[in-house]
Amino acid sequence: MIYYTILFYVFAVLAVATAFYVVFAKNVIHSAFALFGTLFAVAGLFVLLNADFIAITQIMVYVGGILVLMIFGVMLTTKIADIDIHTKNLNRIPAILFSTGITVILIFILFTTKWNIKPQVQNQETVSQIGKLMLTTYLLPFEIASIVLLVALVGSAMYARKTK
Amino acid sequence: MEEFLKSIIGDNIITYIIMPIPALIFVSLFALYAVLAERKVSAWISNRIGPNRAGGKMGLLQTILDGIKLVQKEFVSPVRSDRFLFKAAPFIIFTAAFMGYAVIPFSSLYIGVDLNLGLFYFFSITSLGVIGMLMAGWASNNKYSLFGGIRSVAQIISYEIPTALAALVVVMLAGTLSMQAFCVAQDGGIFNWFIFGGPGGLSKIILIPFMITACVILFLSTLAETNRTPFDIPEADSELVAGVHLEYSGMQFAMFFFAEYAQMFAVAGVIATLFLGGWQSPFGDLVPFLNSPVMQIIWFLAKGFFLVFVQIWMRWTLPRVRVDQLMTICWKFLIPISFVNIFVVALYIIFFK
Repeated sequence: MIYYTILFYVFAVLAVATAFYVVFAKNVIHSAFALFGTLFAVAGLFVLLNADFIAITQIMVYVGGILVLMIFGVMLTTKIADIDIHTKNLNRIPAILFSTGITVILIFILFTTKWNIKPQVQNQETVSQIGKLMLTTYLLPFEIASIVLLVALVGSAMYARKTK
Repeated sequence: MEEFLKSIIGDNIITYIIMPIPALIFVSLFALYAVLAERKVSAWISNRIGPNRAGGKMGLLQTILDGIKLVQKEFVSPVRSDRFLFKAAPFIIFTAAFMGYAVIPFSSLYIGVDLNLGLFYFFSITSLGVIGMLMAGWASNNKYSLFGGIRSVAQIISYEIPTALAALVVVMLAGTLSMQAFCVAQDGGIFNWFIFGGPGGLSKIILIPFMITACVILFLSTLAETNRTPFDIPEADSELVAGVHLEYSGMQFAMFFFAEYAQMFAVAGVIATLFLGGWQSPFGDLVPFLNSPVMQIIWFLAKGFFLVFVQIWMRWTLPRVRVDQLMTICWKFLIPISFVNIFVVALYIIFFK
């Protein structure tokens, strides 16, 4: 099991390091690529928790998301047009206060919550169980989510359409 | 093979490191000879001879010598390019293409890892390559490369949808996502393959036209995902010079081709698994020898190579589609037809299964 511990720390360090890079990189494109590294490392952590379906969904969803983000980055920072937009730090003092506050609250929660630690379970099939739950117990949230997505799709198609 | 390795080494991580090595060797050899096959087939299609100097009449040493030439070449990167991203991009593209091989079932005894989410994993991993394409396009600091990268993003995001919808039909019939289970479900001869509706009674005749349509849709949309003609607008040489690999030289340039051919066989393998029986022999269990694990490798490779041949054939026969035609084909034809397929197959499952 030592290998899994090593893998856990590899993914954890990767996630934290790339997340720092996302924040501190001067270039938007570099941030976007580093964000992809963060999300990929988090998917690795999900795999180590036996949540294979969530891990793969994370990759599938965020690859598309990151790509769109990068396209915006490309449009804003293209070197060809020589418009130089860099990420800058603004309003430092409120930002420091706000993030310190959130950190304190998170650390407080981390140490005061009573965590339920389950013994490690064998890797079992998750996808069919998720499918059954979605169509029985959680049918209403599932349908609401699909209707919301459909409305978003129709709305974006309407906006993208050429007006005659 | 996994059981065998576990019995020697034990159930630890070394087993899982050794497992993909045969696939890596296969991919390297395949890429070398697929380049040669592409050149030979294109030559025959356009009534030329093709490479015939190095290694006999068939030019068998041609790509190896080309590889040696490319290794010797100097690595040139453009001024004001983003050095790190420029160097990293080809490797990300190849890694993404190779990661798909983890779930390609070469035989009932050899698969990298038999995930119970195999197909879902494959589709999510192959779309990773486009990040490398955009990275290469942006880092090259060249407007043609950038256009290539952006086009490839638009193309892959659109064509992921018909790919998933066409494959969903088989997932519904087989009731699984594991690649080995797809192969097992098509046991018993050529008429039990999913392109002919899978195993079932006489009523499955209704399904045959819809399954063939689904297979064609999957083939077309994976063709677009691997950036092959007629959907190769990311590298359209008449408009964008060469798209994302315009600025690359030497081995970095070769990596793009390794990735492209690796991906070609990967998607061919997935289509073979979903619709053409995977490693099943077309004679079923009539001749037990033909369905032994070693013969299964040969059947699987034969189906994969045939689909790769069709990809090459289409590349040298059809002209490239325009960007707007590409989107029309995807959103107005492939996706609605896939929905009809899913609807009919769902009705069939309700009434006849």
